[in-house]
Amino acid sequence: VFKRFVEIGRVAFISFGPHAGKLVAIVDVIDQNRALVDGPCSGVRRQAMPFKCMQLTDFVLKFPHSARQKCVRLAWEKENINEKWAATRWAKKIEAREKKAKMTDFDRYKVMKAKKMRNRIIKHEMKKLQRLASKKGKKPEKPEKSEKPEKPEKAQKSAKVQKAQKVQK
Amino acid sequence: AAGEKKPGEKAPREKKRGKKKTGEKKPAEQKPSQRAVGEKKKKIKRHHASRNPVLARGIGRYSRSAMYVRKALYKRKYTAPETKIEKKKKEKPRATIIKPVGGDKNGGSRVVKIRKMPRYYPTEDVPRKLLSHGKKPFSQHKRRLRASITPGTVLILLTGRHRGKRVVFLKQLGTGLLLVTGPLVINRVPLRRAHQKFVIATSTKVDISGVKIPKHLTDAYFKKKRLRKPKHQEGEIFDTEKEKYEITEQRKSDQKAVDSQILARIKKVPQLRGYLRSTFCLSNGVYPHKLVF
Repeated sequence: VFKRFVEIGRVAFISFGPHAGKLVAIVDVIDQNRALVDGPCSGVRRQAMPFKCMQLTDFVLKFPHSARQKCVRLAWEKENINEKWAATRWAKKIEAREKKAKMTDFDRYKVMKAKKMRNRIIKHEMKKLQRLASKKGKKPEKPEKSEKPEKPEKAQKSAKVQKAQKVQK
Repeated sequence: AAGEKKPGEKAPREKKRGKKKTGEKKPAEQKPSQRAVGEKKKKIKRHHASRNPVLARGIGRYSRSAMYVRKALYKRKYTAPETKIEKKKKEKPRATIIKPVGGDKNGGSRVVKIRKMPRYYPTEDVPRKLLSHGKKPFSQHKRRLRASITPGTVLILLTGRHRGKRVVFLKQLGTGLLLVTGPLVINRVPLRRAHQKFVIATSTKVDISGVKIPKHLTDAYFKKKRLRKPKHQEGEIFDTEKEKYEITEQRKSDQKAVDSQILARIKKVPQLRGYLRSTFCLSNGVYPHKLVF
């Protein structure tokens, strides 16, 4: 049921508070509600932090409890947590949310145009397939054909979305 | 007594200066002239205290004529008195004017006063208004412009017949209104005035650095014209007033002149033309306070 546990070395994401948005490693547990926490590579000083504001990630580091900051840093850099974090979907979603909030009016327009174009392409292909399917009559090949070509469509879609994101940047 | 002291004090000072003057004439010729000038300046600067000691507030010791003598005004005549000839020669402003009068037997003309006596005297005088301070008329008000609005900014109009349209800002006019243009070919907004308060400034800017806006585009140019000469005829008063607004040739030519410069710059930015063509609208889940413009 539970996959992520509070343990020494667990990397946690701080969801609110003064250090919101940063990653820390749990160094020690103080009591039921607080942990000693340290984020040498993310700019968080070694401090006590309530569990409530932490959200556990999938990463665990290896260092003994109450290890000093240098050890935590070494472990962090050895595991390359910063890069691994940036590659997770979680971090990407956060980034996308931030970008969306920063969109200016012009950017919103450009995204709208890109989306429209993409949807048009998809619809076009779908219609083509539907026409083919209806022409050939009630043959069992219908569902297969409609599913397979969608994947190359997705590749095109992602290209459009990337364009939109680049435009946003 | 106080008045008397000061002339007494001044006298020995003058004497000293006199001595200095004569003593130091020899060293250089420039210096005495400079000093003379300096002293003249000093003399002019030194205003004598009042030679009329105060007995009570508003009451002086000496009469007007006594003061005339004490101040030596008989010595201080700067203009010659006006002779009778000069007085006669002085041109007085015209008091009457001769106007032609129509009609057969009216004699052709009348002599009419230019400045007439008032035709009504109110029974009660208007009370004097208290002094106010800092109340300026509109023409002298300070005009402010939001920092987010600079020449070339794309604005979103919120009121008026062009609401929701995105428009390019050109400059702020004398009354504080913003001069704005579509450009016309893009969104049918002509050179127009917009109010700062009813406009959203986006962060999108068009580079209008070299664009020359004709100088005759002022508030008077854009002001609405109203005819006021119905000649008191009961019927058909509404017809004579301008119902339909007609676009003058001058407006068209000005529009062209400005737009041609701006369109070139708009074309350089990709998708900007389409952006200006579109209108702004809110939909579900879109909250203006959360939007970044």
